[in-house]
Amino acid sequence: MSKYTEDDLEQELKTQEYKYGFYTDIESETFAKGLNEDVVIAISKKKNEPQWMTDWRLEAYRVWKKMEEPEWANVHYTKPKFQDIAYYSAPKEKPKLNSLDEVDPELLDTFKRLGISLDEQKKLANVAVDIVMDSVSVATTFKKTLGEKGIIFMPISEAIQEHPELVRKYLGTVVPTTDNFYAALNSAVFSDGSFCYIPKGVRCPMELSTYFRINEGGTGQFERTLVVADKGSYVSYLEGCTAPSRDENQLHAAVVELIALDDSEIKYSTVQNWYPGNKEGKGGVYNFVTKRAICETNAKVSWTQVETGSAVTWKYPSCILKGNNSVGEFYSIAVTNNHQQADTGTKMIHLGKNTKSTIISKGISAGKSQNSYRGLVQISSRAENARNFSQCDSLLMGNDCGAHTFPYIEVKNKSAQIEHEATTSKIGEEQLFYCNQRGIDTEKAIALIVNGFSKEVLNKLPMEFAVEAQKLLEISLEGSVG
Amino acid sequence: MELTDKLLSSYVAFENRVDTNSDIHEIRSKAFQNFENLGFPTKKLEAWKYTSLNSVLKQDYSLFPNKENAIQLADVQKYFIHDIDTYKLVFIDGKYSSFLSESTHDTFDVCLMSAALTKPKYKAVIENYFNKIAKKDNLTSLNTAFANEGAYIYIPRNVEVEKPIQILNFTTGSEAATMLQPRNLIVVEQNAHVQIIERHQSLTSNPVLTNAVTEVFAAKDATVDIYKIQNDDTNASLVDNSYIEQKSNSIVSVHTFSFGGNITRNNLNFYQKGEHIDSILKGITILEGKQHVDHHTLVHHIEPNCESHQDYKGIYNERSTGVFNGKVVVDKEAQKTNAYQKSNNVLLSDKATINAKPQLEIFADDVKCSHGCTIGQLDDDALFYMQQRGIPEKEGKALLMFAFANTVLESVKIPEVKQRIAKIIANKLNVKIGFDL
Repeated sequence: MSKYTEDDLEQELKTQEYKYGFYTDIESETFAKGLNEDVVIAISKKKNEPQWMTDWRLEAYRVWKKMEEPEWANVHYTKPKFQDIAYYSAPKEKPKLNSLDEVDPELLDTFKRLGISLDEQKKLANVAVDIVMDSVSVATTFKKTLGEKGIIFMPISEAIQEHPELVRKYLGTVVPTTDNFYAALNSAVFSDGSFCYIPKGVRCPMELSTYFRINEGGTGQFERTLVVADKGSYVSYLEGCTAPSRDENQLHAAVVELIALDDSEIKYSTVQNWYPGNKEGKGGVYNFVTKRAICETNAKVSWTQVETGSAVTWKYPSCILKGNNSVGEFYSIAVTNNHQQADTGTKMIHLGKNTKSTIISKGISAGKSQNSYRGLVQISSRAENARNFSQCDSLLMGNDCGAHTFPYIEVKNKSAQIEHEATTSKIGEEQLFYCNQRGIDTEKAIALIVNGFSKEVLNKLPMEFAVEAQKLLEISLEGSVG
Repeated sequence: MELTDKLLSSYVAFENRVDTNSDIHEIRSKAFQNFENLGFPTKKLEAWKYTSLNSVLKQDYSLFPNKENAIQLADVQKYFIHDIDTYKLVFIDGKYSSFLSESTHDTFDVCLMSAALTKPKYKAVIENYFNKIAKKDNLTSLNTAFANEGAYIYIPRNVEVEKPIQILNFTTGSEAATMLQPRNLIVVEQNAHVQIIERHQSLTSNPVLTNAVTEVFAAKDATVDIYKIQNDDTNASLVDNSYIEQKSNSIVSVHTFSFGGNITRNNLNFYQKGEHIDSILKGITILEGKQHVDHHTLVHHIEPNCESHQDYKGIYNERSTGVFNGKVVVDKEAQKTNAYQKSNNVLLSDKATINAKPQLEIFADDVKCSHGCTIGQLDDDALFYMQQRGIPEKEGKALLMFAFANTVLESVKIPEVKQRIAKIIANKLNVKIGFDL
């Protein structure tokens, strides 16, 4: 076998095409392009929402109209034209489903090609999946099993109908409509998403999972996720995203709100594999997401993310550690290739006493991509004995990419202990040589090293998801991960 | 009158009074226009996110103190490093004091900016270096617009300056509030070597605002050591803009000791334009009261095989605020760069604040870059150990803090400066022990 060098890898990376770029031909019902109050009201009507929800959306829309698009992130792109987007797109035949058999076979086939066979998951992985395709849930499984425990897991549109008191109590409490440009936009036009409520003292027996996929061209995906863990409960939530190949840039502006009440724990894992654009940097998804969690006393929230897709990523899953002894964690792998740009990180806001946070961020840049870590650790003056450990490591492959770190540390309490460290490196020639000496070819060696580099984060993923995450790493860095 | 308006209206008069050289005139008026457009920095600017000048800009500053103010050597001797022989450039209320100074033109020039800007003898150097690397940002532009007086140091090839050069700026407080804008130019030619000590000192508690700009050029194989001692009155604020350009094999170190002042902002910028360069940025900050110090550093690695080392220690008491915003940029061509950045901080009070932003921007793959930032407290066990052995709590704490800061102090090359800093630290920590060096 001829010698496989880093240059070869680079070559492969450059030419790796998006494997999930197929388009499901389901007849969709799409609103005309553009956004105004009528569209907001129409979306609300379409969803048969109560008046308070419509008002809430309109208020968000009015706030959004006055806001300016943020420009501080270390990314460059043509701004989306907000009047050129269709704000609602739903598969036309919305089936009422009792079992998987009733799902449109073409749609099922889509998911099969994505590698998440529902049947298989149902049988083997014991995962309840709430699939969101172009913003509308079409399949919900395991609802019954969950129902017995009192767990509510359903599309948020249904939750607004069935549990309005819960949705109304918590929606917008962590990410208010006025929070930022994209959160306001999302609040105004979100078409669907997931809602999850775990009652007091209940440990959710299975991993909850949602799959997002942008299908229709020229549509924005605005989903809204709300997870509420009541006192003493536990839930692990998985979220995966893919989008088919499209030439125009698609906008994805989601909002995720997590509420962890006293003594509860939420584990939120994301594998994001939106279409990154082709190797000339044409097309791809703009991923502008607002994710935030609030932790009450003794609560714990753990964010794990594997970011391999999107042309532009702009995402900072955050924790507000409000209660005493609460814990926030952030584990992230961000891989960028070709012309991808990622500006991602976290915010840990320590308000309560004895709060702890851990940040592990691994960035891998290849091709002509730019990868930035941007994070904030804030210790308020009343947060006694707060503890934070942050580590940001970057791995550079090739000479056309960049890795950047923008950590903000703001401390107002003397008992705080903060550590931050960051390193930037490339795959060492000695490391490769050592492996070659021992009969491991260069390709395998690079795989080993990249795997080792990201192991700390991959280990945090639930078993069911780790396999998929590795698969996605493979796609992004084909030939380097075994 | 608003300070901005005052500056704008006094510019014409200033120009008429000092301008004799058309090149400089052009530079000044461009800079002035620039400032007119930009205005003073606000917290909305990312670079000024953590530092607000609002309270400082409210004062009614006198821009050009008219009175001649003579001060006696005995009154100010304590601010000099007086136990060794040095060259001195002393400015009183922005005016040169030949009585207190000791300049030279023998083999090299240690003299006045105002002379250098006007005399033909210096024209070539001024043309080559003046305002060449200073950023065109708001405060630097403001300084450039009013650039007239300051230190001018030119060290020709292969000259090793045998004694350090002190640059001292005194404010007498003869006016209710004074604004100063010293402008320094330091050119160190190939294989030359110089040590410079810089200090700003207000002699009364009348408010002072100093907006200083220093440009340093280190040619091939040159060595430059700069020590900035900032232990001013708590009503004196300082914006220190330093720009340093280095050529191959040169070594430049800047030590910043921030103990005094009201609001102190250090903009320290290094540009590495050659290979095998070493840039050293170190600092000790010990603050109390409502003091505020902002260290804003930039090291720009432009060519391969260079190094940079940053090490900043901060101790913050009472209501003081410390900011560390360090930025390392590694260009695509700058392979084999080693860049280190470290910021360690101790908070002694719940009212004190630290804002840190150690930033890396890397475009080359074969580099070793790391940054570390810690915030913590003194070790209780170590303190207890000392107390057990009869060292009182206050002295024990002082010893621990001194040990914490010592890695920076150790690298000071002039023993007298080292001793002076140790003394200031002892004073600051209110202990009578001498830290043996």
